[in-house]
Amino acid sequence: MKEATNWQWNPKIVAFLCNWCSYAGADLAGTSRIQYPPNIRVIRVPCSGRVNPQFIIKALQEGADGVLVSGCHPGDCHYQTGNYFGRRKFAILKRFLEYIGIEESRVQFSWVSAAEGIKFAEVVKKVTEDVKKLGPIKRLVKVR
Amino acid sequence: MIEAIQKQIQDEVRRLLTDKRVDLVIGFEKGTLPLRSAPIFIHDSADTNRLIWNSFCENNLANYLTKINNQRVAIIAKGCDVRSIIALTIEKQIDRDQIIIIGIPCQGMIDWRKVEREANGELLETIEENNQIIIRGEIFEQNLKRDAFLYMSCQTCQYRNPVIYDILIGEKVKEISKSKEYTDIAGLETKAPDERWAYFCEQTSKCIRCYACREACPMCYCEECFVDCTTPKWIEKGLNPSDVQIWQIIRALHLAGRCCGCGACERACPMEVKLCYLTQKISKDIRELFGFETGISFEQPPPLATFNLNDNQDFIYG
Repeated sequence: MKEATNWQWNPKIVAFLCNWCSYAGADLAGTSRIQYPPNIRVIRVPCSGRVNPQFIIKALQEGADGVLVSGCHPGDCHYQTGNYFGRRKFAILKRFLEYIGIEESRVQFSWVSAAEGIKFAEVVKKVTEDVKKLGPIKRLVKVR
Repeated sequence: MIEAIQKQIQDEVRRLLTDKRVDLVIGFEKGTLPLRSAPIFIHDSADTNRLIWNSFCENNLANYLTKINNQRVAIIAKGCDVRSIIALTIEKQIDRDQIIIIGIPCQGMIDWRKVEREANGELLETIEENNQIIIRGEIFEQNLKRDAFLYMSCQTCQYRNPVIYDILIGEKVKEISKSKEYTDIAGLETKAPDERWAYFCEQTSKCIRCYACREACPMCYCEECFVDCTTPKWIEKGLNPSDVQIWQIIRALHLAGRCCGCGACERACPMEVKLCYLTQKISKDIRELFGFETGISFEQPPPLATFNLNDNQDFIYG
């Protein structure tokens, strides 16, 4: 086995980004050469309303240290109302995960528009820092 | 009192069947063991004397309403059963016109496990009198105070009287004070996250994933449950703690805004896993956040199938 002396834990964060705003926002951050932590793994979804709470929980089970869900600002949804429905589901999920004892900042939500490249970088920075403070995921993760 | 209600139920059901107003009546019959009852499905008016009513009629019979096809059905329903019927109706799973609700104000159901633990031997017979339960075995007889043995969900129930009904049997009972509500959750909410997680793990570790909770729940009517789904395979079979935890989490989340808190899941559980503290928490949040209470009105749509422009979003960055 390789001696892992210099190995340092770095969080893996799954980011569900909506196709129309946040994914384009991430794209803008990239094309604008804005630096942000490389800890996120982006999954593009049609809409933040598409994000089933099961996706988030499954990500945690599979070993993601954190999950970020980002979509269009309220009122800007490509499908008019998708993010409003999402917002209700997330409100319930957020409180529920906290209630059963999952650390509060493991799962985070944000609104990032296609024009907010800088904000996207900020969000990723914030989420990464928060998850770094928490350390590797221990709860819900599947030990095989 | 209880005998009188039972008699009235039988008379009413007999009338409904002989007048051919319904094809089927769903009610309770005597269980094979003391302290138990079983659901019964009556097509013939000659069988009506098998119907019973007592403090052990704990199943939520609304569960069967999604399986009645075109039959006209009368159902014996407690406060919580009626709430489930309303919830199923607003989800368009059942047709209200097809169903005659025989509403019964409920005094709360007795936790037979608690009684059994209290008994000094094998229980052979129970008699209910006023606020007492008399239990008898071969060599003992005990008098128990009824109120001390109610289910947790019944102790905090806010809707003992059916919200709607076609026929009401018995007199309306006094509703209990709001302050008693959700005491179980409040205790846990103030604890530290580690303690909450420990409690959740302790409860889920008892689960054997028999899915009795799902089968007992009127709102779990999906053709294919996510745990049985193989593409995608959400969770593995078996008892890996993570899989069991996820089953419990998703089950509770799927009942968000749909659970009336009848406690049928918890009663069905053979391992005595606490389940209501999860679903009740979500119900409480939904009431706080969206001002919705399950199964009390036909007007409001299910809370997660609608939205408000001003919904709380303090938890969202940006």
